[in-house]
Amino acid sequence: MYNKKECVAMLLAGGQGSRLYALTKKVAKPAVPYGGKYRIIDFPLSNCVNSGIDTVGVLTQYQPLVLNDYIGNGQAWNLDRIHGGVHILPPYQTASGAQWYEGTANAIYQNLSFIERYDPEYVVILSGDHIYKMDYSKMLQFHKEKGAECTIAVIDVPLHEASRFGIMFAHEDGSVYDFVEKPKEPKSTLASMGIYIFSTATLKKYLTENEMDETATKDFGKNIIPALLANGEKVFAYRFDGYWKDVGTIDSLWDANMELLAANVDLDLYDTSWRIYSNNDSAAPHIIGKDAKIQSSMVTNGCYIDGTVDTSVISGGVTIEEGALVQYSVIFPGATVKKGAVVEYAIIGEGSVVGENAHVGAAPETIENKDEWGVAVVGNDISVGDGKKVAPKEIISESI
Amino acid sequence: MSYNMTNVLGILFANAHEESVPELTAKRTMASIPIGGRFRMVDFPLSGMSNSGMSRVGIITRANYQSLLDHIGMARPWDLARNTGGLTLLAPFGRNIDTGLFRGKLEALYSCLSYIKHSECEYTVLSDCDLIINPDFHNLVEAHVASGADITAVCHTDNYTEEDTREASCFNLSADGRVESVVINRAMAGKRTMDLNIYVLKTSLLISLVEELVSLGKYSLSRDVMQAKAGELDIRAYEFSGFYRRICDLESYYQANMALLDHCNLSKLVNSERPIYTKDRADAPAKYGFDSSVKDSLVADGCVIEGVVENSILFRGVKVGKGTVVKNAILMQDTEVGKDSAVSNIITDKNVVIGDGLTVSSSESCPLYISKGRTL
Repeated sequence: MYNKKECVAMLLAGGQGSRLYALTKKVAKPAVPYGGKYRIIDFPLSNCVNSGIDTVGVLTQYQPLVLNDYIGNGQAWNLDRIHGGVHILPPYQTASGAQWYEGTANAIYQNLSFIERYDPEYVVILSGDHIYKMDYSKMLQFHKEKGAECTIAVIDVPLHEASRFGIMFAHEDGSVYDFVEKPKEPKSTLASMGIYIFSTATLKKYLTENEMDETATKDFGKNIIPALLANGEKVFAYRFDGYWKDVGTIDSLWDANMELLAANVDLDLYDTSWRIYSNNDSAAPHIIGKDAKIQSSMVTNGCYIDGTVDTSVISGGVTIEEGALVQYSVIFPGATVKKGAVVEYAIIGEGSVVGENAHVGAAPETIENKDEWGVAVVGNDISVGDGKKVAPKEIISESI
Repeated sequence: MSYNMTNVLGILFANAHEESVPELTAKRTMASIPIGGRFRMVDFPLSGMSNSGMSRVGIITRANYQSLLDHIGMARPWDLARNTGGLTLLAPFGRNIDTGLFRGKLEALYSCLSYIKHSECEYTVLSDCDLIINPDFHNLVEAHVASGADITAVCHTDNYTEEDTREASCFNLSADGRVESVVINRAMAGKRTMDLNIYVLKTSLLISLVEELVSLGKYSLSRDVMQAKAGELDIRAYEFSGFYRRICDLESYYQANMALLDHCNLSKLVNSERPIYTKDRADAPAKYGFDSSVKDSLVADGCVIEGVVENSILFRGVKVGKGTVVKNAILMQDTEVGKDSAVSNIITDKNVVIGDGLTVSSSESCPLYISKGRTL
């Protein structure tokens, strides 16, 4: 068949990312900026292309405009293909009615006809929530070698963090014998990364059965994986030991950006053998002005930096005026920090303006009560008036 | 008279004036000279044409065009990958001419006359690739159509030095802006109106001029049309008053790059209303190390800077090691300068490697050029 693909990826990008608050007010979480010129979705999309997967369905639901515009025809990731390529898959109406995506499993179920068009042997299920580089083709190879019906990528996490994840219990050969979603008292540290490879027939069977069950929450972690295990299907855990970061909270998003500035970065964005692609407007290189001081930072095209920048990640098209100080902060695309303003330990949203002599955030050492300290956040497209203050840990989504 | 910009054909001369910068064009065309940290010379007219709504552009090449082919690719960055029209690279010998490789622009146009005729565009804009400019061809064509002139020529009036005019055409204009006569390559200081080699005319007139003059053994657009026909044809000057720089030797290339360190100049040239597009490379953002100190510089994505950089242009992927000082330099794509070196007043071409503990410098008036791929 002309359209036949061995493997198709389905990327769940409909999440709201509610723990990013003001930053995801009008933007789906996968479209949140990261690392100066990327958005979170660049990582799974680039991983797909680099792994030889050229057909990707992106399931969108929450605030899809920015995401749709960003993905476009997929050209930035070399996913504008005659057969396959990237397809945006919003919920749609059918003869039997219309339904929003209700849970991850239901979202894939509603798009089984998209998968069937390519008649793949395997389907990779991905989420748009994580920063990592991973060769899915190696995981697919593992899946084939094990003769698995479902392979789940897992990563070792510290025991005290394990209760945030779906935890796997596997034999030495990798076969999974138990799975607990967010256990209160975790007894294993093998966390599911939310990356699944299914043999297509098995995926269809279990999704369809799950749909019939009216009590199900229609979620991979809560329903599909337990059902596979209960029926004794061959489920394997595929160990991944690279850099993997959930950026679902303000703190983890800020941390993940700061980690890029460390001397020995675990995530090498400069490695040309596994490029992370992104879709950016054409802009000139950035200008570092006469009065600028800059160190331990990343700066993207289109910026004009005339202030002091230390240990910060500056996205494209940002202006930092003379006498402004930005440190330990993440500045999203197109934001402006005006003269004399101070931005520290903060995230400034897209297109927002920090007025003259305004002060956003504070260094932890200046706060007596450590509970009061946290990363300050200015949402997208708002302004902080001249001389105004945004306290540490404060999140603003309206102009002040 | 009505027109629309999709009915305007663009023709770019990729090789014109390349003999004036032999260092930079040893292995590339004028059009593919790297400039301003991440652009190539051809990006300026090409982006201007795309931004002006033109949908059919031919680039005439003469030799050395491998780098240009690589840069242009499918022309997607300029939004000129189209089903109809779009960008076409016109290689030499598209049609045999008695003299072999074309000697001038008229012969060059003659060798691709079938492309021009086939475009069925009413107007044609001709441009070289030696200007750093953000041209609005829509305004130009509008002025041309409104005036009813045969040819409209873009020019800039200024106080020039002898150096400036040595390799240029200057117009003598009548009170109503008509070109009365043309002076070519005469070094003259003072207030002059310089031809920027961007013309618009009816395609039918272009075809008849090319056919007539080539059959007479003539090949030079500036001598045989602009100069020789100045009285006969209605040639009007169109004054361009925005920011631009012309590349006419290595020093002007150096100065043009340095002019972009001025934020005002750069934002006149590259802005979001009229972007300058270029081929992207998926570099990560530039990274500044713990002890880096950078000021007054233009830095592209993919650079990793751990030393001191002042008054310099760093193209994509340049690396500056710890303890190294870079001043007044243009470091092209993927240049690497090791640790504890000092470089000043130099231009390194692509992929130059300067090792550790070296001093490489030149005087301010005469930047030292280091050719592509050399290791010091």
